[in-house]
Amino acid sequence: MSLADPATLRTRVEETGLLWGLVGLVALLSLLPIGRLIVEGLAPGGQLSATALGKVMASPATWTATWNSLTTAIAGTILATLIGGTVALLATLTDIRARNAFTFCFVLPLMIAPQVTALAWLQLFGPSSTLLKLIGMAPPLGSRNPLYSREGIILLLGLQYAPLVFLTLRAGLRALPKELIEAGLAAGASPLTVLRTVVLPLMTPPLVAGIALCFVSSLGNFGIPAFLGIPGNFLVLPTLIYQRLAGLGPGVLSEVAILSLLIGLIAMAGILLQDLMLRRRDFRITTTSSAARPFELGRWRRPVELGLWAFAILVLAMPFLGLLSTSLIPAFGVPLNARTATLANYAYVLFEHAASKRAFVNSFLMSAGAATLIVLICVPLGYFIVWKKSRALRLLNLAAELPYAMPGVVLAIAAILLFLKPLPVLNVSLYNTIWIIVFAYLARFLVLGLRPVISGYLQIDRTLEEAAQIAGAGLPRRLVTIIFPLVAPAAVAGALLVFLTAFNELTVSALLWSSGAETLGVVVFSFEQGGDSTYASALAAVTVVVTVGLMASTTLFAQRLPQGVLPWRD
Amino acid sequence: MARLTIDRAQKRFGSYLALDDVSIAVEDGEFLAVLGPSGCGKTTLLRQIAGFDKLDGGQIRIGDRLVSSAQTHIPPEHRKLGIVFQSYALWPHMTVAENVAYGLTVAGVRDPERGKRVAAALDLVGLNGFAERRPGLLSGGQRQRVALARCLVTEPSLVLLDEPLANLDVHLRASMEEEFARFHERTGTTMVYITHDQAEAMALADRIAVMDRGRLLQLATPSLLYREPANVTVAGFIGEGMVLPATVLSAPQAGHCKVSVLGVEAVVRCRPDQAVTGQAKLCLRARDIGIAATGQDGLSATVERLSYQGGFFRMEARPANNQDVVLHLDAAEPAPAQAGEAIRIAITDGWIIPESISLDKAA
Repeated sequence: MSLADPATLRTRVEETGLLWGLVGLVALLSLLPIGRLIVEGLAPGGQLSATALGKVMASPATWTATWNSLTTAIAGTILATLIGGTVALLATLTDIRARNAFTFCFVLPLMIAPQVTALAWLQLFGPSSTLLKLIGMAPPLGSRNPLYSREGIILLLGLQYAPLVFLTLRAGLRALPKELIEAGLAAGASPLTVLRTVVLPLMTPPLVAGIALCFVSSLGNFGIPAFLGIPGNFLVLPTLIYQRLAGLGPGVLSEVAILSLLIGLIAMAGILLQDLMLRRRDFRITTTSSAARPFELGRWRRPVELGLWAFAILVLAMPFLGLLSTSLIPAFGVPLNARTATLANYAYVLFEHAASKRAFVNSFLMSAGAATLIVLICVPLGYFIVWKKSRALRLLNLAAELPYAMPGVVLAIAAILLFLKPLPVLNVSLYNTIWIIVFAYLARFLVLGLRPVISGYLQIDRTLEEAAQIAGAGLPRRLVTIIFPLVAPAAVAGALLVFLTAFNELTVSALLWSSGAETLGVVVFSFEQGGDSTYASALAAVTVVVTVGLMASTTLFAQRLPQGVLPWRD
Repeated sequence: MARLTIDRAQKRFGSYLALDDVSIAVEDGEFLAVLGPSGCGKTTLLRQIAGFDKLDGGQIRIGDRLVSSAQTHIPPEHRKLGIVFQSYALWPHMTVAENVAYGLTVAGVRDPERGKRVAAALDLVGLNGFAERRPGLLSGGQRQRVALARCLVTEPSLVLLDEPLANLDVHLRASMEEEFARFHERTGTTMVYITHDQAEAMALADRIAVMDRGRLLQLATPSLLYREPANVTVAGFIGEGMVLPATVLSAPQAGHCKVSVLGVEAVVRCRPDQAVTGQAKLCLRARDIGIAATGQDGLSATVERLSYQGGFFRMEARPANNQDVVLHLDAAEPAPAQAGEAIRIAITDGWIIPESISLDKAA
């Protein structure tokens, strides 16, 4: 480099400084925890040893839980694929009406916490079901709630994650050029033949991607097996890890680290299998054009619409009526009627119970804080990834996916390992504070904020930034005055996704919470475990209202959003 | 004001040479157009001058300051130049006045000085009532004017214009062309104007640099470019020149020589050092040929097609002795001949394309 003038030098220092700061931050959030976990698996407590490994491998509980995890995740994925796939085909390719409203309703379960879904379904069935009692159909007292079983877990996993398959398949179907369908029809094939021979084969990549996503999510799900499995001692890997850690404390850290590596490996196997399946054939679509004209259902339109809405009501409205009815009775088992109905449970969880009140504040502040920080990281990060095409950050973009692709318990255990001892140099301990949860949220949900920001950048004309550069503005000024305002809608969408996911999560905080640092998920969980279903239901109902309210509020700035960044919006 | 010196600039994208030894010296206050078809390298050249890309070889200087070479790269924000983008690149979240004021704010100019200069710039482009509007509510021509005001408010010594009229409709183009010319006259700023439209380039530029496939083909005044194209590509590109094989029969005399083309003899223009050769190439334009008057020498041809151009016809004709060639000429109304009829064509002017010519001399 020849001698540069001071202004040029300053620009260079600013840009490289920001770039490497981001590289360091993303590495800290994604690579460090996973790396720490692997080290613990190989050398528990800092010494190369196979004792912990042997102990875990010799325990029959390990293999029972692994078997349970695999069967529930696979069966749940199959169920989700059947439901999500069918609904995506019907809702995307045919001429049903009120598509947007249906999409919103169908995707809703995905945005609601799994433990809330589980709680809601539990309230719907079983001998104490307030709703069934209302219509005199409750099973006799003393009989078991049918959902406390492997099948119950599979059913709820299938319903919870059907929207994942729906969303990926729908995105694929919308990118399918209409000529391909029209060419098939013109060749004399019936719509069903075209579906079987043209549409479905071409939809293999999104379908496989959706299935893989669904499998990894089912495998890592904690809320559903925690609510439905723990009472009947039916354990999967995440609940086994939770029980070990809750019962025996950090002494078993090496063992749970190995268990979480095991679940991480199964998740990786699922992702690799997806890669393998897609590599065998060429699925590239060569033409691009507008989306296909919907197939006319003719006289079948009404029955199909009725069927879809009936399904949406069954999986959405029914359980929440169950939840609502339980939240309105004074004590579990009391029938609901005009005389017994009470808001006392709401008053208790909102104004009286100390941990519950704290949890509202904690969950709100941690989710909002994580969402804000993630936006502040993602806007410059997206800039370097998309516009500067920085190779280091492209690799880190993949790394940022890791903590989210891995089951939540994996990251939680990694965070415990990282922060169990006080931070070096600073000598501050994050363990047993809210900050360990904030760290885990940042690491796990970074990618949720990054994806919308990246698609935002891809849709902005870069000359807008170049014009500011020509006007003499350096990178920091351009970021603040030009770039941030331009990607703001996408960033807000990302922040909202982060907020909603963090606000509803339980998997990470179930392992990381401490007294004073409870989250809403943790409090709902402990109410239910303590037998206080009425309080649990009231608290859960409040979170559902907040979630749906925030989702609906996005209609306000819908026009300024890049397409396809919010799953519940077209 | 500043000279812009581009010296053997090279830019590669993988194995593709997007700029191949391009050298252009733009004089202080000159209006230079860079003309060429899409993919010729003109946009690459603009991005090098602006500093959006790094140069692989050669040098670019603005005034005496080296801004780009394989070793040096001054970032765009420190080059102190102005650009009018094809897409206008107006910031949608700012008002017109805020857009124009941005460069001044960055440079640390404060109100009331800033406000005064913004008002003056908007006044200059005839948009003084629009200061508080959002760019999204303006028409294409108004956006272009805002972009121009934003670019000129900081009084840059060098202004780059990247196909600024490409997104405007035909009527607006003419008036914006006028606007650019007026601006150049008033400010005396050095301007580099990128375009694929030769009419635009001819109307505006002091000199035109014609580019193709990353190379500079000719750098000359519009008139010289039209009258004396330096090579076959330029001859074909500018003014739809027809290039025909010809034999030079006499040594040049007062810039003219005698040639034989398509079996007839004609006197055409040529370089003073034009050699007598059987391998020459003659550039003819539609207005260089016409239907021969009775008794005038001419080559016989058959009319192939007539197309009405408003007030005159464009006639395509095939010479009787060379069926591979199509000549086009203009004929006044009413049409002197119909398709299929035989005519005689007289060659009244033309230019012998020099065999090889160094660009410096052509300039």
